[in-house]
Amino acid sequence: MMAAPSLDQVRRLLDVAPDAITVSRGMFVLMLEPVDLLDAVRLLKSELQFDLFLDVTAVDWLERSPRFDVVYHFYSTAHFARARLKVLVPAPDPVVDSLTTLYGSAHFMERECHEMHGIGFRGNDDLRPLLLYEGFKGHPLRKDYPKQYEQPLVPYRER
Amino acid sequence: MQAITLPNPVRPNFRADTGGDVIVNIGPSHPATHGTIQVIAALDGEKVRRVDVHCGYLHRGFEKECESHTWTNLIPYVDRLNYCSGLINDFAYCEAVEALMEIEITPRCRYLRTLLSEYSRIADHLTCIAASLMELGAMTAFLYLVMIRDYIYEHLAALTGARVTYTYGRVGGLAQDVPDGWLLRLDEILDQYEDFTGRIHGLMDRNRIFIDRTRNVGVISPEDAVSWGFTGPILRSTGVPRDLRKDTPYLAYAELEFEVPVGINGDNYDRYYVRMREMDESVHMIRQLMDMLPDGPISVDDRRCVLPPKHLVYSEIESLINHFKLIMEGPQVPAGEVYTAHEAPNGELGFYLVSTGGGMPYRMHVRSPSFVHMGGLHRLLEGYQLADIIPTFGSVNMIGGECDR
Repeated sequence: MMAAPSLDQVRRLLDVAPDAITVSRGMFVLMLEPVDLLDAVRLLKSELQFDLFLDVTAVDWLERSPRFDVVYHFYSTAHFARARLKVLVPAPDPVVDSLTTLYGSAHFMERECHEMHGIGFRGNDDLRPLLLYEGFKGHPLRKDYPKQYEQPLVPYRER
Repeated sequence: MQAITLPNPVRPNFRADTGGDVIVNIGPSHPATHGTIQVIAALDGEKVRRVDVHCGYLHRGFEKECESHTWTNLIPYVDRLNYCSGLINDFAYCEAVEALMEIEITPRCRYLRTLLSEYSRIADHLTCIAASLMELGAMTAFLYLVMIRDYIYEHLAALTGARVTYTYGRVGGLAQDVPDGWLLRLDEILDQYEDFTGRIHGLMDRNRIFIDRTRNVGVISPEDAVSWGFTGPILRSTGVPRDLRKDTPYLAYAELEFEVPVGINGDNYDRYYVRMREMDESVHMIRQLMDMLPDGPISVDDRRCVLPPKHLVYSEIESLINHFKLIMEGPQVPAGEVYTAHEAPNGELGFYLVSTGGGMPYRMHVRSPSFVHMGGLHRLLEGYQLADIIPTFGSVNMIGGECDR
């Protein structure tokens, strides 16, 4: 096992504001601009061996501007450190770069995030619905999607 | 009566008219796939050229539902993610909430959670191996394994009151302590487990039919496995000894002696064997834990999350209000976010929780191993025969509950 990178190492590598990189509960937390995402992840993968792409999801802060956090989690099978990347994207057209060129597992997870939150992934050409069906309207994990709202594929039988 | 026309809900990511391939739909409701999943395969003769795996038939809006329930009300939902090993889900979720509340669980609870996690792992692996062997025609092996699994389920029912969906974890502890004589019966079941898995090894390991169906079928390389997000037994079957219990120990794993079994080839046979060996290691861990199990309380003494004793609820107003607030409003979890990962039987099970302070989560996301594995399943299926889909799919152990959420 190689040694886990230090906070300074990560800061030096990524060349962003020092308070954009912190450690929370043993995990690096990086706040990034959308334009820096792809380069930062490429560096994290090649230089710091964050080779396992665990997860991408989004958090909808309805009142805030920019409205969405897109949250990524990475793990390193070489030194067992974890990293969380957060990208803030605005509401009308939330788009980030796709990580499918770096990690195969990004294909499925970006599809899920796209249908659930309506986040666009530039460069992922297969964003078909995955857990929902073709023709589903809206993005159910957004905070303005009502929980009880129904979209039946088969019309209800009249009583 | 008006005829209803439904759109075909699935559009495969390849076209049928290229190259003269035949498109075959396997599932979503197929007798040989356990779990509702659709595999659309483009066939050249019997050879699978391309595969599009489509899941979501068991989607029930778990994450949306979580946003309007209290932290404790979620525990039954969490059980239903991986319904073969509900206890591991419980404990991983509770640990995430405890991390937000900065609670340290009691020693007895820590050891019991470890013991029950390993016990659930055995039940889960037994289910997976039994089902995948049965699909290859090994009915005896199936019955042997499922018999042991049923002993475990009955035994867990004696502890938790339910066979499959236990709701046994609590934020800050456990629902109740183990009943008298429970550990004695555990010892008996472990002995029977060893007897019967010995028979399985005798029946399967050098069985010509089994080897022909599984050796060099569904092979994946270590680099591909990491890139496609495979964790757990699938990653270990490729020879990568990555196990969260060893690498970043949680619960009581740092104090236990155990090995991380790995495969050589990353094929179906290795996945079968890695799971068999992992169960042996789990038994070894359970035996150590039975000796280490300390006395003491099973829940922390923290009125922010643990219900007050019943006799106090009935006799003093403070405890009555405390009980009422905990049930109606839920435990008040400080604002923050946390990601905790446990080594579930299928791989890394992660809970990402966001709290804004209050009784309900603002956002809850599950990183479920089955879902990620379905994203890489086509790498295991393409290039093999149509009939190989069944053993390969069985060895991946897809669990619809956690895949589709």
